[in-house]
Amino acid sequence: MVTRTAEGRQETAASFAPAPTVPYAIELKGISKSFGPVQANKNIAIKVAKGTIHGIIGENGAGKSTLMSILYGFYKADSGVIEIDGKRVNITDSSSAIAAGIGMVFQHFKLVENFTVLENIILGAEDGPLLRPSLSKARKLLRELSDEYELSVDPDALVENLSVGHQQRVEILKALYRQADILILDEPTGVLTPAEADHLFRILEGLKTQGKTIILITHKLREIMEVTDNVSVMRRGEMVATVKTADSSAEELAELMVGRKVLLQVEKTPAVPQDVVLDIKGLRVVDGHGVERLRGIDLHLRAGEILGIAGVAGNGQTELLEVLGGYMAASGEILMQGAPLDLSGDASDGQTRRARGIAHVPEDRHDEGLILDFPAWENVCFGYHGDPKYQKNALFMDHKAIRDDAKGKIERFDIRPANCDTPAKSFSGGNQQKIVLAREIEREPALLLIGQPTRGVDIGAIEFIHQQIVALRDRGAAILLVSVELDEIMSLSDRIAVMFDGRIMGEKLPQETNERELGLMMAGMSTPQKDA
Amino acid sequence: MSKMPKWADTILIPLFSILLAFFFSGLVIFAIGKDPFNAIMVMIDGAFGSTGGLGYTLYYATNFIFTGLSVAVAYHAGLFNIGSEGQAMLGGLGVALVCLFIPFGHWTIALPVAVIGAALFGGLWALIPAYLQAKRGSHIVITTIMFNFIASALIGYLLTRVLKVPGAMSSETARFPESTHLPTFHEMLAPLGIMFNKNAPANLAFVVALVACVFFWWLIWRTRLGYQIRAYGQSESAAKYAGISPSRIIIITMMISGALAGLMAINNVMGEAERLIDNAVEGAGFIGIAVALMGRNHPVGIILASILFGFLYQGGAELALWEGIPRELVVVIQALVILFTGALDNMVRMPLERLFVALKRKEG
Amino acid sequence: MTLMQKFLGTAGALVLSAGAALAEPAVIYDLGGKFDKSFNESSYMGAQRWADETGEEFAEVELQSDAQREQFLRSFADKGMNPIVMAGFSFATALDIVAPDFPDTKFVIIDGVVDQPNVKSVIFSEQEGSYLVGVMAAMAATGDTVSFVGGMDIPSIHKFACGYAEGFKSVKPDGKVIVNMTGTTPTAWNDPVKGGELTKAQKADGSEVVFAAAGGTGIGVLQTAADEGMLAIGVDSNQNYMQPGTMLTSMVKRVDNVVYDAFTAGTDVEPGLIVLGLGEDGVSAAMDDYNADLVTPEMMAAVEDAKAKIIAGEIVVHDYTTDVSCPAY
Repeated sequence: MVTRTAEGRQETAASFAPAPTVPYAIELKGISKSFGPVQANKNIAIKVAKGTIHGIIGENGAGKSTLMSILYGFYKADSGVIEIDGKRVNITDSSSAIAAGIGMVFQHFKLVENFTVLENIILGAEDGPLLRPSLSKARKLLRELSDEYELSVDPDALVENLSVGHQQRVEILKALYRQADILILDEPTGVLTPAEADHLFRILEGLKTQGKTIILITHKLREIMEVTDNVSVMRRGEMVATVKTADSSAEELAELMVGRKVLLQVEKTPAVPQDVVLDIKGLRVVDGHGVERLRGIDLHLRAGEILGIAGVAGNGQTELLEVLGGYMAASGEILMQGAPLDLSGDASDGQTRRARGIAHVPEDRHDEGLILDFPAWENVCFGYHGDPKYQKNALFMDHKAIRDDAKGKIERFDIRPANCDTPAKSFSGGNQQKIVLAREIEREPALLLIGQPTRGVDIGAIEFIHQQIVALRDRGAAILLVSVELDEIMSLSDRIAVMFDGRIMGEKLPQETNERELGLMMAGMSTPQKDA
Repeated sequence: MSKMPKWADTILIPLFSILLAFFFSGLVIFAIGKDPFNAIMVMIDGAFGSTGGLGYTLYYATNFIFTGLSVAVAYHAGLFNIGSEGQAMLGGLGVALVCLFIPFGHWTIALPVAVIGAALFGGLWALIPAYLQAKRGSHIVITTIMFNFIASALIGYLLTRVLKVPGAMSSETARFPESTHLPTFHEMLAPLGIMFNKNAPANLAFVVALVACVFFWWLIWRTRLGYQIRAYGQSESAAKYAGISPSRIIIITMMISGALAGLMAINNVMGEAERLIDNAVEGAGFIGIAVALMGRNHPVGIILASILFGFLYQGGAELALWEGIPRELVVVIQALVILFTGALDNMVRMPLERLFVALKRKEG
Repeated sequence: MTLMQKFLGTAGALVLSAGAALAEPAVIYDLGGKFDKSFNESSYMGAQRWADETGEEFAEVELQSDAQREQFLRSFADKGMNPIVMAGFSFATALDIVAPDFPDTKFVIIDGVVDQPNVKSVIFSEQEGSYLVGVMAAMAATGDTVSFVGGMDIPSIHKFACGYAEGFKSVKPDGKVIVNMTGTTPTAWNDPVKGGELTKAQKADGSEVVFAAAGGTGIGVLQTAADEGMLAIGVDSNQNYMQPGTMLTSMVKRVDNVVYDAFTAGTDVEPGLIVLGLGEDGVSAAMDDYNADLVTPEMMAAVEDAKAKIIAGEIVVHDYTTDVSCPAY
């Protein structure tokens, strides 16, 4: 109630303010938003000039998504003013945002999978009860746009049959169909191959020259440097700087994001590979729909080396990790230190595997690696809850032993808050990942499976996590690293295997390859290698 | 991170919900031209004012503790067991068979065997839906609902055709032998010099229910199995990652759930009726859902919620007896409490949360 | 403070009013509820008739739970209610326990038998009344098939069915009686839709007259019979008014009379077992304006004849509950 009154007062003040001479496409003034005690946005001010690509970067939890949600009407700001083209607007929901000319392309697409492209484009923007006029209008528009901006998509294809890159184009087309002048893209390249990402940036350039304004939210500094005109940096809910991209550098932006100097490179010595720990032969997985997700994988991994699996998300990496983790059925053969693993996919085999020295940092810590509602201490024994050291007797678990273990891990891995009773969900992404990492690494496994080790982790913690992985390698563990971040694969791996469509496209040494070559392999542009 | 202190979540919200429920119940009573204050006094006096009333309140509460625990244990595994009703019916069958066909010298021998019979029958009845869920993916909500009907028909059949006393009108089994009689509160407390109404049905099963609560607490929060149940309940994918077999957890948890529901028969069949009658469970299985919800799936909460519902049942009976408030309106009042404490939890929660956030901001 | 006073005040008032309620007669309705259009409602009618005539009050309560049988019996007896009447055999077990604790209170149980010195047990010879309506059904049907829809599949409902079948076969020895029970659970007493479905199925099998002894389910039977052009026979209370034109008759049990008589006798109720059959006018085939057009003089004569023979003992209608079997099925 109090904030509402404050807002009301501001409103009167604003209406008397002189209009700016050259209106900005978007101008935000004093936007604040709290969730309970957490202030997600503090007095944000930002000006986005018409016809530019404006980047917004910041670590996870810096408040980027909240700000964009306010702009798109999902949240209502506690205070502050939004101006579009110099006119104050009141955005209460997504339809008023659309009316104000704002279009949004979400990280997770909001498409109806079994509708065609055209049907998706007109969905919610039909001109009347009959679909035909809307559909033919959309078809005409689609033809124009595909010529103009390389936005070609088959209008009659079902969305579920489109590649991720094409689905994203449908999202952009949806926004353009609704006559958006301002396009917001939230982490648009997370699911794209480098080539697809390049294509997307060409589309954005084209839109820019037509006078559209684009806001690009990302955490990838490289993209910011490549395509944006201006960039705003957010840190802990505040807008700490807005600079001309050309006048800045990746290092400067990283420092602004984190608030201190960061090492963008991983320091490591050359690997000293030992005996083969893991030997995978002809691994195949068929999913519930009868689709073959792994089509004969052959890989081997030695103690003391990091094998990076590069690839666009959804090309079989997840299945590979789950098979190795013991909870997906497969055919073929996996030898762990010479002895075969059970490939039936019965989850209870996960216990046996852990006992044999296979540790696993899963790709998705929210869904798999942690029980979010459990306190930290109950998470440090997760997966190892059958370990005798956590048992008091045949029936009961030894809570004291588990808590002591948790306290030690919290200290050694500098997990904050340093309270083992805090539920896992209340830790930041980086600290959650540290809990998982501490649990898996401290067992000194012979083999560590690690998926997306730094997804949603702030830059400061990334450094630490990378150091831990390298240190474990140096202690003689074999590490299988799966990541969609090519930079991470390049800087951590001793060997790189590229996956595409359930196959290994080939292996490269990081010092002998480059992003372009790997990018082509990730897009399937090379013949599969027969034997590694 | 949490918006409210824990005590507010566990005490304040149920309290406000109950007050709201009573407020609207009061309006209903007022609307039919009775005095709501008088009505509430009749209910309180009838449920707690005498050892007789208390004995009935605790008798009902005992039923609800068992079914509440049954629903709660399944809930911890993320399973919604709607079948406690049917599992309790089968538990009754187990108790009846044990008491009728095994000769016991004394209730101290009969009780443990009856406990096994009740738990076994209830557990096995839950095993079928559990197996279908674990191995065939049939949704447990649907199958357990259907199994309530099957249980009801099965018991009906057995009582009219197989277990009925020849020549008797009622479809019920013969009376259990005197040696299986469980001590009532009167018989339990008289040696201690406490005079408890000798006709009140509350009996030793209440103690069994409290033991079940302790068992529940140990199981869920102290054993490895409980850890696995809770982990599976929070996230199936995480459980699989951690090497916990979902089908094993589903089957074991549902059997425990069914066994707890089945144990209710120790109270209503062995302790009170001393014979198996048709429809002996009388909806206690469904009340168990509300009890578990309101008791936050914790044994202490379940005990308190059970006593509340016991109060509603016994107090409601007194209303019907002395206030001439029709049975249907008593059900309306009971339903209002379930509605406000269960389904409309968020209606009370959201304003309270906002209040706490506002208070915190003022402090900060 | 004032609220507290109000609480205390009402509590005091409660004690007073409870003390004042003495020596009233009381009736306890079974789980089916007071307005079940069957015997509970019938007992209510009897009690109300007594209240209207005498201007006195009576206490009443509906059961919600089986555990309340004993509880309500004790509560009423404790408060000095006398006599206490209950309808339903399900009370027998509880009453057998409670009655000895209140030797000065008189209890009346309808449809059940309790052998205690202060209990009057009243049972009806439903098979005799059912025999009469069976005779009428046989004469009303042009073909040789009639049917029966029961509620829950229990012996006491077969008692109706068996008497009905015997009566029918006394007229048409080679005819057929289709007997269906709605279910095996108490919900069978209140499933009019299923009752209707069964009636349709019976019609398809050639039945022309249906006798419903199924509580609330019967409403669906009578309705469907009217829709399908069949004749129907009601039960317990006189249901002829419900579907005028297609109601052949109703097999009436005078539960209301029992309650009325017990209330009138007050504390002087005579303990012991009473069987009310045709001779005592406890059961009958209802004849009134609603079914006058359907009852032919021959039918009337046949019914009177059978009734006389039963009363005289020349015809003994089989009671299914004695040996759980029926010679006429």
